[in-house]
Amino acid sequence: MSGTGATTVIEIVGVHKAFDHLEVLKGIDLTVAEHEVICLIGASGSGKSTLLRCVNLLEPVDAGRVVVHGEEITASGVDVNRIRRSMGIVFQSFNLFPHMTVLRNITLGPRKALRIAKDEAEARAVDLLERFGLADKRDEYPDRLSGGQQQRVAIVRALAMEPDIMLLDEVTSALDPELVAEVLNVIRELAAGGMTMLIATHEMGFARDIARRVCFLDAGIILEEGSPEQIFSSPREARTQRFLQSIIEAGRM
Amino acid sequence: MSSNEQPSAGPLDQGSRRSRLVGDLWRQEGAKAVAVAVLSTVIVLGGILYVVLHSRYWPDFKQAFFSREAFVASFPDVLEAFRRNVVYFLAAEPIILLWALVLAVLRSLRGPVFFPLRLLATVYVDLFRGVPTLLIVYLLGFGLPSLGIPGIPTQPWFWGLVGLVLSYSAYVAEVYRAGIESVHPSQTAAARALGLSRWQTLRSVVIPQAVRRVVPPLMNDFIALQKDTALIAVVSGAYPEAFLMGQIYQSSLFNFTPILGTALCFLVITIPMTRFTDWMLERQRRRRQAAVA
Repeated sequence: MSGTGATTVIEIVGVHKAFDHLEVLKGIDLTVAEHEVICLIGASGSGKSTLLRCVNLLEPVDAGRVVVHGEEITASGVDVNRIRRSMGIVFQSFNLFPHMTVLRNITLGPRKALRIAKDEAEARAVDLLERFGLADKRDEYPDRLSGGQQQRVAIVRALAMEPDIMLLDEVTSALDPELVAEVLNVIRELAAGGMTMLIATHEMGFARDIARRVCFLDAGIILEEGSPEQIFSSPREARTQRFLQSIIEAGRM
Repeated sequence: MSSNEQPSAGPLDQGSRRSRLVGDLWRQEGAKAVAVAVLSTVIVLGGILYVVLHSRYWPDFKQAFFSREAFVASFPDVLEAFRRNVVYFLAAEPIILLWALVLAVLRSLRGPVFFPLRLLATVYVDLFRGVPTLLIVYLLGFGLPSLGIPGIPTQPWFWGLVGLVLSYSAYVAEVYRAGIESVHPSQTAAARALGLSRWQTLRSVVIPQAVRRVVPPLMNDFIALQKDTALIAVVSGAYPEAFLMGQIYQSSLFNFTPILGTALCFLVITIPMTRFTDWMLERQRRRRQAAVA
């Protein structure tokens, strides 16, 4: 579907996932090419977050497989820690470590998981903080930052692992409206830099802007996917139309 | 003889707000309220005192519990013996803190591989929490030296102290575990997502947050432990700690004042610690409210 013949980075094949008896993913197929930005849209509970967590192996899949850089990561015996190091994930609720300063939040992964020396990890973290306008926050604790700042720190923390894939799980949903833009700008910058990203979002305007492809998830399947123009201007499926209609009525597009 | 003050393994919120009693009253109700409070206190306490002091048993009571001569005769030795209680406490507490953390971590491990460890830790905690501490002190203090195993300490007080450590570790392990479980799963998810192993996540992310949260309830267990060093009295024999020293004087002087001398030693340490714990709980409560707001 990516249509460019670029290298495939993530291949999701027939992924199923249930929590107890509630089937959240009912057979997801999706291929992500290098440098591609894909937005996952859909109502709450449609399975967007679960899909991202399955790709990151935070949730084991019940059936199907996820292939990253040609390696089936859902196979048994795969070193999940190694896989996760190449994939950054940012959560809706930031999930910064409250007992650590911003700098330690960012250097924890590189130091513990990548075994990078403290000085080097800190130098890199400072570079990243400067790049995202957070240099003066390095010694603050997370609860002293605004939501937007916290989420930017969370993005920097993921980037410090130098991932080649970023998974963003509704990263602006917990933010006050005036703080959304600063976070979206960071993501735009990542996209411009060629980062491969899978983004679950409720920000339709942003999705329209940034996505190469948009996937509409409904009841655990990708009901419709296409270019942003196609999905937002002339959705084929009735459910997609209804979903977008409700978004427009809520004044969010 | 057993302390009925069991260590708490319970909820983290025991926030006391009783500090600064009069200050609060003054601010909320004004000078008149304070005057009323003072007056009614004088009347109530004065009334009770009057009844007690004019009771016909008061002179005997005073002689048996508040004898100046008995106090002067016994207190220096009681105070000297109390140094043992302080040493017991100082030796036991760090070991308890470490061993209990090990137990709590074992109980928190997930996955079938760890089942035996989890089971052992659970059985341990159930056993030692389910049996009176005094019984364990007695059992180890007299039981182990009686075996005559070469190479192990033979002093009953040593094994009594070991019993205290084993018993308290079970309570403190539960406090830790409550703390570990209060760390939100999203914290673990965030750490694992960075590629940290299970163990690294526990060490760097979960345990530091858990320990911070349980410091005030742990303080309550500290205080209880200080008092329960008196349980070692039953096995301390030739090395009397303060309670046993009090009993020795009590039986030779036929007077209970030495026991009250022992109580005084404990109070001098436990009351400030209780106040300090209240202050810490209050501070934590305020911080949590500030974080929510």
